[in-house]
Amino acid sequence: MTTVTTKGGRKKEEGITWDVFAQGLWRDNPVLVMLLGLCPVLAVSNSAVNALAMGLATTFVLVSSGALVSLLRHLIPKQVRIATYIVIIATFVTIVDYLIQAISLDLYNALGAFIQLIVVNCIILGRAEAYASRNTLGRAVVNATGMGLGFTLALLALGSIREILGAGSLFGIDLFGKGFEPWVVMIMPPGGFIVLSLLLVAFNWINQRLGRQIEQSEGCGHGT
Amino acid sequence: MAHDSLSFIFLNAALMNNFVLALFLGLCPFLGVSGKLETAGPMGLATSFVMLVSSVCAYFINEILVAWDITFLRLIAYITVIASAVQLVEMTLKKFAPALFRALGIYLPLITTNCAILGLALFQTFKEYDFLQSLVYALGAGAGFTLAIMLMSGLREKLDLSDVPGIVRGAALSLMLGGLLSLSFMGFAGLGGGH
Amino acid sequence: MSGSHEIRHAPRTSPWPLIATLGGVAMLSGLLVVAVYQFTKPIIAENQRQAVARAIGRVIPGAVSNRAFRVENGRLVPAGPQARGEVIYAGYDVKGRLIGIAAKAGAQGYADMIHMLYGYDPATQRILGFEVLKMAETPGLGDKITTDEGFLANFPLDATVEEGKLRHEIVTVKHGRKRNPWEIDAISGATISSRAVGKALNASAQRLLPIIRSQLDVLRRNGPEAGGGKR
Repeated sequence: MTTVTTKGGRKKEEGITWDVFAQGLWRDNPVLVMLLGLCPVLAVSNSAVNALAMGLATTFVLVSSGALVSLLRHLIPKQVRIATYIVIIATFVTIVDYLIQAISLDLYNALGAFIQLIVVNCIILGRAEAYASRNTLGRAVVNATGMGLGFTLALLALGSIREILGAGSLFGIDLFGKGFEPWVVMIMPPGGFIVLSLLLVAFNWINQRLGRQIEQSEGCGHGT
Repeated sequence: MAHDSLSFIFLNAALMNNFVLALFLGLCPFLGVSGKLETAGPMGLATSFVMLVSSVCAYFINEILVAWDITFLRLIAYITVIASAVQLVEMTLKKFAPALFRALGIYLPLITTNCAILGLALFQTFKEYDFLQSLVYALGAGAGFTLAIMLMSGLREKLDLSDVPGIVRGAALSLMLGGLLSLSFMGFAGLGGGH
Repeated sequence: MSGSHEIRHAPRTSPWPLIATLGGVAMLSGLLVVAVYQFTKPIIAENQRQAVARAIGRVIPGAVSNRAFRVENGRLVPAGPQARGEVIYAGYDVKGRLIGIAAKAGAQGYADMIHMLYGYDPATQRILGFEVLKMAETPGLGDKITTDEGFLANFPLDATVEEGKLRHEIVTVKHGRKRNPWEIDAISGATISSRAVGKALNASAQRLLPIIRSQLDVLRRNGPEAGGGKR
């Protein structure tokens, strides 16, 4: 909290504020606003459990790599910073990969290769470059937690909607009984695109109602 | 068609399990660079090229990792080696094939962080493909990616002329289009499963 | 080394700090990964062993313990639970008697490969049933192969070995056309997935069952794994 240099001038406060945490929850939500890391969002959101597990795994990687990058930020030379960040991120992803295997093999099989693909999730490299490398440990961790939670919530919303419509259940618990004919396409790939699209429309509509201007970026703002 | 025949591997990667529309890999360029047909084509070609390079790299890295029994380093090795290999290819192209570099060059750095590249490397490892199969798998994945991104850009060029409500414009509309394309690609499922 | 000509090209300083940083970070990450790997390795191995034992218990009713055997040049060699390559599992009852063999099979289904484990009863020469290990079949259609009662009633399935091969090929026939005990009645509306089951079982049985039959004494003699292999 001593050596923060803010250049943009928008945020002058240097401590850990609510805004540091809440940035990722709504205003800069990684999925709904920045449209980052969509690959895992769509691929594993076919059930609420998978979505939650993926969200938490990503949050873990976000927070721990953010913390390490923030700690090492004065030691890493500028020229090799991206390479260093990628190695750090890949390390934590490998760790989370083994932890999930140890916790539950079924969950591991359901998520498949997408746990390892957290490495190329642009949110993590983007946060390391844009935030963790310029802020104190405390702020970096709090911000990463907020971003991770925003990611998890968006993923969970998508996963729940798809599971309710496509399988008639939530977290594996049957909701409607036998009379309900599941809308199977919703848990198949097209359903991922369509539900996320509708979710974005709803998000835009709410923001329009609140009179906020939120500019959605299209595609990835690559970290490099 | 046997499931490990080369023709099946190609079709499977390109159509039935299309990297973008069925596996959701490489969505960033799919949404970001699909605005115009004339940029979508080169982007697809550049991605296919990088896929081929990284598939070869991944195959040999995996051989080494398995031989030394250090497969827990697979992810770290893949991502660093692929990133450096692409950089090397970029420099080589710039020096020896400047025309090709101008066509593909601006896309190459973007592609390294594309999850389709790492996804390809991981999937070919999980499926235990041999060298030739891996190559064909990479070619199929690249062809499928190129097809998807070109179809998408064609649709979006048409949509530029139509009147779309404000809150749907942009990413939401692109995703909806992606959903419809994905739906139509589901028709390819079952190909080769019959006999 | 550094500092002599850094004014002309600002970023072109000595490479050593860069290499040292990368090396340091690589060391750190290697240390972390190896630590976690060593810590989780026994837990993951135990998880996998339990998953295999559960699946074997389901395809060989009554099996309480098992032992893995590697298939090598037409012979069966006792192997550890972590064995690589082609592996079959012998299932034993409470008294340690051989009551069935579980083997893996796979074929291209509708969406992707269907991988399964099936149980074989050497006494009656029949396939008792199968358990899907991994598949991506359409929910509500192709994935009925694990739930459809009519389809599961195809088992036990005749798999008699004669002169080093199956007397009758295992084939999937159209729904309602099953006449013989070696035929599989397809699920209507999920023909491709049903056919994949038949194809997978036939390919695996044609190759493995003759070997298994000729070496049943190896499976009996070795008995369940001491301590391990229990559910």
